[in-house]
Amino acid sequence: MGATLFRKVWDAHTVRTLPSGQTQLFVGLHLVHEVTSPQAFDMLRQHGWRVAFPERTFATVDHILPTDSLRRPFIDVMAEEMTAALERNCREFGIPLTMPDSGQQGIVHVIGPELGLTQPGMTIACGDSHTSTHGALGALAFGIGTSQVRDVLASQCLALEPPKVRRIDISGRLAPGVYAKDVILTIIRRLGVHGGVGYAYEYGGPVIDRMTIDERMTICNMSIEGGARAGYINPDETTFAFLRGRRFAPSGDAFDRAVAWWRTIASDADADYDDRVVIDAATIEPTVTWGINPGQSVGVGEPIPNTGRDAATDEALAFMDLAPGRPVAGTPIDVAFIGSCTNGRLSDLEEAARIVRGRRVAPGVKALVVPGSQTVSRDAEKRGLDEIFRRAGFEWRGAGCSMCLGMNTDRLEGRQVCASSSNRNFKGRQGSPTGRTLLMSPAMVAAAAIAGRVVDVRTMLEEVPA
Amino acid sequence: MSLRKPAAAAGAGPIASVTGTGIPLRGDDVDTDRIMPARFLRAVTFEGLERHLFEDDRAAQPDHPFGNPRYAGAALLVVNRNFGCGSSREHAPQGLARAGIKGIIGESFSEIFQGNAAVLGIPCFAVDHQAADRLQTLVEHTPNLTIVARVDAGLITAGPLRAAAAVPPALRDAFLAGQWNPTALLLERFDEVRGVADALPYLRDFHA
Repeated sequence: MGATLFRKVWDAHTVRTLPSGQTQLFVGLHLVHEVTSPQAFDMLRQHGWRVAFPERTFATVDHILPTDSLRRPFIDVMAEEMTAALERNCREFGIPLTMPDSGQQGIVHVIGPELGLTQPGMTIACGDSHTSTHGALGALAFGIGTSQVRDVLASQCLALEPPKVRRIDISGRLAPGVYAKDVILTIIRRLGVHGGVGYAYEYGGPVIDRMTIDERMTICNMSIEGGARAGYINPDETTFAFLRGRRFAPSGDAFDRAVAWWRTIASDADADYDDRVVIDAATIEPTVTWGINPGQSVGVGEPIPNTGRDAATDEALAFMDLAPGRPVAGTPIDVAFIGSCTNGRLSDLEEAARIVRGRRVAPGVKALVVPGSQTVSRDAEKRGLDEIFRRAGFEWRGAGCSMCLGMNTDRLEGRQVCASSSNRNFKGRQGSPTGRTLLMSPAMVAAAAIAGRVVDVRTMLEEVPA
Repeated sequence: MSLRKPAAAAGAGPIASVTGTGIPLRGDDVDTDRIMPARFLRAVTFEGLERHLFEDDRAAQPDHPFGNPRYAGAALLVVNRNFGCGSSREHAPQGLARAGIKGIIGESFSEIFQGNAAVLGIPCFAVDHQAADRLQTLVEHTPNLTIVARVDAGLITAGPLRAAAAVPPALRDAFLAGQWNPTALLLERFDEVRGVADALPYLRDFHA
């Protein structure tokens, strides 16, 4: 019986079995940001510890960063304090830090792959649950808490138990207007927001094989929303082509040596899985959440559930105050947000721009695009996407996490309903305790911005104006 | 190497059981954004987080358990399925710890949350749905009921209730051995860590 990528990578990074039975796992790449690290650096100082592998540690600022003006000091006093703390900590401990003046700053999960830091066969940790994103390149990537950030800084290791591995195959072919976001929302809807607890998800099958790395990142990013701490896709020619020439990727002969190794770490054809699931792509529609967790979704052609099904549905319906039993299409929106580590990459903005081109944002809708990184922003501007969005009435902002979680000043107000390309529709997630989030693909967000309500993007793909 | 010889972290002793009164929090899939809304992460320390536990839920629900004086001083939080899902923010268990929570009993827990709680010396005990529901009802009726949750025996007892309560084996052994805060262990054999790093192809020979 062959081995999974998970097993091969886990074994290659195992230092020893701790007395408790946990594995001491070496972390090949540690990504650090301003929100979950300051307390960890303080703990290091308290104990007099150094950073064990500063050369395997990379920091950036993303959650707190304003997306309007980057003039220092920031007007937002806490944003300034947290950014300054990260700068101080990185200086003191010798950690490379990517700030906006480099032109390469962005959401940590966007810039890791973009800079070629993320590579197949690595173990990656970051104090952020969406670290699962990096699995798209065949890495084993875990979100961790601040005490574990301290552990990785001090020892470059984590104490973990190996999860089981569930293989999820997406068979067939996606219809036009159905995107990676719809695939992962459908997986979470079918398996549940807790279905992946205790598992790492390995995604595969013909639909995943045909996907670009951007699309694969959207899939792996939301593994955690299905309860799976890690999700990954076996590296292939698409992965190697993506990495070639990137700043931190191997170059010259070393790239060929790397590819040779990367091929060996993919799951064997006869690998043994703890569980297997197959989903037929033909059954996947553009998908929209109607509730307060990412598993509470329907196809755009389906109705919002009625009350009386279970307590969780009733709680969600009461909070959302939409129209139970009525189609989700037609739900009015106040805000449209395109961005985040889930869907803030160039191809996401391109898909959204296809819908927006030559149209206008509906009156009364606030629409904003927040590129995932400065590189995404520059590449989009080279293609004129910023102009397409601006002309339609979107705001074109600087890079960061922004309204995905409202830690900067980009927040919902009151009971606003937001069509969002982000990853979480939790109560209060977008910065207003009573604000409401409808998760969907960037193209669906664009369509909702134009229509002023949730609409099936496929109707707009068919009649793109001249 | 003297820098790498840490003293045992403060307070890291064996944890064989947690005893105290309970606080019931009903509902599946309670995420860490609800436990600790993101605006309270705008800080460089964990100080004072206990004041913001469930702040938005408490505002929306006047009889929220965390605003109810009947449950003041509770050491054991009793929850349902998939507690602590979503964001990896340690601010959530930090807030609970600072509010005096020393153990959590529930149907299941997000892995990241469970790990973050363990590092703070808070075991998460998994019970079946019926036991969680019964314990919540018992505590609702009798807030001063003493609950004993035993890591070693995998058991909770509370008045008439006696139920199996599992802590995952590796975490259980770590609690019992006083190694739930693993930093000292991870720093113990740096030469072996270096050995693993040196053998990794991407650290050894992918440089042009």
